[in-house]
Amino acid sequence: MLNSSLDNREKERRLFLSRMTASFIFIALLILVLVGRLFYLQVVQHERHEARSQTNRLEVLPIPPIRGLIYDRYGELLARNEPSHTLTVVVERSGDLDALVQDLSALVDLSEDQVSRFFDRVRGYRRPFEPIPLKVRLTEEEVARVSANRIFLEGVQIDAELIRQYPFGEEFAHALGFVGRINQEELRDLDVGAYAGTRFIGKEGVERQYEDALLGEPGFQRVETNARGRIIRVIEKQAPKPGSNLHLYLDQELQKMAYDLLGEQRGSIVAIEPETGGILAMVSNPGFDPNLYVSGFPTEIYNALRDSPDNPFLNRAIRGQYPAASTIKPFLGLAGVDQGFVTWDYTINDRGYYQLPTDDRIYNDWKRGGHGRVNLRKAVAESCDTYFYQLAYDMKLEAIHDIYDQFGFGKNTTADVYNPFTGINPSREWKQNRHGFSWYAGDTINLSIGQGYMLATPMQLAIATSVLANRGRWVTPRLLMHSNDESLLDSIPEPPPDVHLNNDANWDRMHAAMQDVVQGARGTARASGLGATYEYAGKSGTAQVIRIERDENGDPIGDVPEQFRDHAWFMGFAPLENPQIAVAVLVENGGSGSGVAGPMMRSLFDFYLTREPEQ
Amino acid sequence: MNFTEYVRQLPQGSMDRRQSIWTRLHLDPYLFAALLAVALSGMVVLYSATSGDMGAVYRQAIRFGIGFMAMIIVAQFDPRWFQQWGGTVYLVGVLLLVAVIVSGAQAMGAQRWLQIPGLFRFQPSELMKLAVPVMLSWYISRYGLPPRYRDLLVSAVLLFVPVALIIQQPDLGTSLLIASSGLFVIFLAGLSWKLIVGFSTIAIAMIPVLWIWVMRDYQRQRVLTLFDPNVDPLGAGWNIIQSMTAIGSGGLSGKGYMLGTQSQLDFLPESHTDFIIAVLGEEFGFVGATILIALYAVIILRGMLIAIRGRDNFCRLLAGSLTLTFFIYVFVNVGMVSGILPVVGVPLPLVSYGGTSIVTLLTGFGMLMSISTHQRN
Repeated sequence: MLNSSLDNREKERRLFLSRMTASFIFIALLILVLVGRLFYLQVVQHERHEARSQTNRLEVLPIPPIRGLIYDRYGELLARNEPSHTLTVVVERSGDLDALVQDLSALVDLSEDQVSRFFDRVRGYRRPFEPIPLKVRLTEEEVARVSANRIFLEGVQIDAELIRQYPFGEEFAHALGFVGRINQEELRDLDVGAYAGTRFIGKEGVERQYEDALLGEPGFQRVETNARGRIIRVIEKQAPKPGSNLHLYLDQELQKMAYDLLGEQRGSIVAIEPETGGILAMVSNPGFDPNLYVSGFPTEIYNALRDSPDNPFLNRAIRGQYPAASTIKPFLGLAGVDQGFVTWDYTINDRGYYQLPTDDRIYNDWKRGGHGRVNLRKAVAESCDTYFYQLAYDMKLEAIHDIYDQFGFGKNTTADVYNPFTGINPSREWKQNRHGFSWYAGDTINLSIGQGYMLATPMQLAIATSVLANRGRWVTPRLLMHSNDESLLDSIPEPPPDVHLNNDANWDRMHAAMQDVVQGARGTARASGLGATYEYAGKSGTAQVIRIERDENGDPIGDVPEQFRDHAWFMGFAPLENPQIAVAVLVENGGSGSGVAGPMMRSLFDFYLTREPEQ
Repeated sequence: MNFTEYVRQLPQGSMDRRQSIWTRLHLDPYLFAALLAVALSGMVVLYSATSGDMGAVYRQAIRFGIGFMAMIIVAQFDPRWFQQWGGTVYLVGVLLLVAVIVSGAQAMGAQRWLQIPGLFRFQPSELMKLAVPVMLSWYISRYGLPPRYRDLLVSAVLLFVPVALIIQQPDLGTSLLIASSGLFVIFLAGLSWKLIVGFSTIAIAMIPVLWIWVMRDYQRQRVLTLFDPNVDPLGAGWNIIQSMTAIGSGGLSGKGYMLGTQSQLDFLPESHTDFIIAVLGEEFGFVGATILIALYAVIILRGMLIAIRGRDNFCRLLAGSLTLTFFIYVFVNVGMVSGILPVVGVPLPLVSYGGTSIVTLLTGFGMLMSISTHQRN
């Protein structure tokens, strides 16, 4: 027993010794590798490295490219570059940072915010010898003061650089997006070479979508520096390649008009040119000043915006999702009549409610007492719910889902709108996956008036309206009109297949029904159509936020708190023949679609169709 | 008498009075002398690397003072103590690592520190550099060598947990060192060559997977930069180009103390921390760099000898692992600065400027000395 334990110990000792011997050989070899490497660098390649160290006083410095400009369709400048002086510190060349910042604060006006942001960046991941900005947009006087004291300020530089400026501020904040300083997360993933010398990157919107094209390519200059890195002489220079300029379909005057129309109200307006798919206006209200993003938001302003119940950072045009409400009816009616579920002459007698044959549940029309005898044209003009309840019941979910899909609901069809939401075009599978319930007949009924599970963004409704105005012809909705980089247009994707009807006359008849909405004797929005010098089509929608008490006209009874009021929708196009503009208007908690959103659309049409042509 | 018997009896046979004083002090004279030599030459280089900042040298000297003190104190304890406390320290260390992730103070862009309010900032991963080898040596030596499959599995888990937590911080350098310290214990304990070959094959097969799905862009960039630093001369390649130029331009005997243009004219980044050997290489040449490596070799050889003479499996495994890990420190740092390994943040042991790693390293050497001076009683 004792013997075997001794035996074991001996075995263990021998095993360990053999492993140490193996390690010894391994280590000896690797030390040889190290010494060999040093020998190679220091003896074999010595002359080469010696020569390089002699000329190492030559530094290669990047020259950032000029960011591409963004224009509207008439050449109005929407995003430009403005010269600005930035105070930067090369940490590797400065001494005690705290003392340095102390000294600098005597020369320039530094806020606590700027200082703490600076130290965050110093501590974070950065390139060696990268100048870290301390303050942007120095005044002339500050530049002079720092320059005069430069000899005492080790590592301090004043960089003249071009920074982004948005002359129209809030109006275009959501449409264009903005650039901001490259943050640490972005720094990890981007191509460091392409961004040498560049401190800004597109964060949202067009600036983000076309970042690669707008950026350009950096140039380099070989310079002779002294021991402290000051440039003595430029030896060689390779100019940067500026970023591509973008010309967008956006129409600055129309955009401003739309922005002003929304005024104090939360909402969104999107306008599209049906012929080209070009997005003429894309407003989300409230906005924010994108120029603040560029220079760095003062914390208190940023916090106020972030915490605002109006949610100004939400781009409602593409990321606000709302029930489409009655604006969906023309699309449904078109499919119903074209597929033979109803004819234009077919009528129902509306007594103000609809009841499923299989169910006791009552679906009320918005108008108590009903619309009486109603055909499809009148059902659109007066927005008769009962007619569409019946139609939806006959058509069934699949046919409805299909026609909504053909008009682009529930998916993204835009080419270059950054990061849009897709809304929801529900189906049986969708409900089963999302809610774990099967589809009920009542869900189909809700779908017929754009309520229930269906959600759409203002962009989607504007696109669908544009396709409807185009008599089913799809053109990929886009912002970019042209650019000096022609390859950008090649990357515009193909549009969805056109919407084909069995009988093309149905387009005209649906357009006529929609004209009745605004220009007919009994249209829901006839008040907003009064006095127009051109023919146009429209459809109102009033999306319920919660169920509230209503009178016989569908108007709420008593005071309703603002956030529970209905969302007001209006969509339409003008003129009736050869439409030039299709629009969707959404006013959050705005109340009645025809009363609130309809007049806004009319004003836009008046402006767009009667404006003097640009010289 | 076989070879091991001979080695074990040698010191007792040839012990004279001077050595016995060292033994009574529980210090190993050869190890002590070599460590001191590295520390002193390191401070000489540091003075130059900081362009003559005596304050930095002074702070470094204080760290060495604390470190050597810790070494001497730890050496007084019988290895039995490490065995007894290893598990507890390991457990506390793991909890602290979790705490770092939950609430660690942001430092150097990564979560590595734990702020003890009003006291000091503490880096739990340093603790694990010692706790992991102690824990694994203790666990594996409980059941005799070579380890059974079950023990291997448990050891793998004991190693994986802290390494995974430290990678999260993210601290690639430290997690690499801790992973090797554990793998060395398992290797020295006699993991069969068949398994070693098998695992290595799997590890190599995993490389494409890591490359495509796990590594971040900047990490890939570092590896690509290794093969051709000129692809990105303004970005990731800068450090490597400058350090290779510094070392190479030093030549056989160097440009002279404080006369390295690369180091003194600010072309060499991190010159007093991770890249300090480039300063040595530039100013003292191939001769100087080789002498430093030779000093490291003395430390490593002495450590291996102590491991072989260790009184039991625990002592042998622990001493072996600490020594081999020390070698990895040297190899990875010199390898990355001279451009044969990608840049991971591993300092040159006992030479690079910086606090905690000096104290941890010297504490580890204290354990080695304890093992060498507490023979069977």
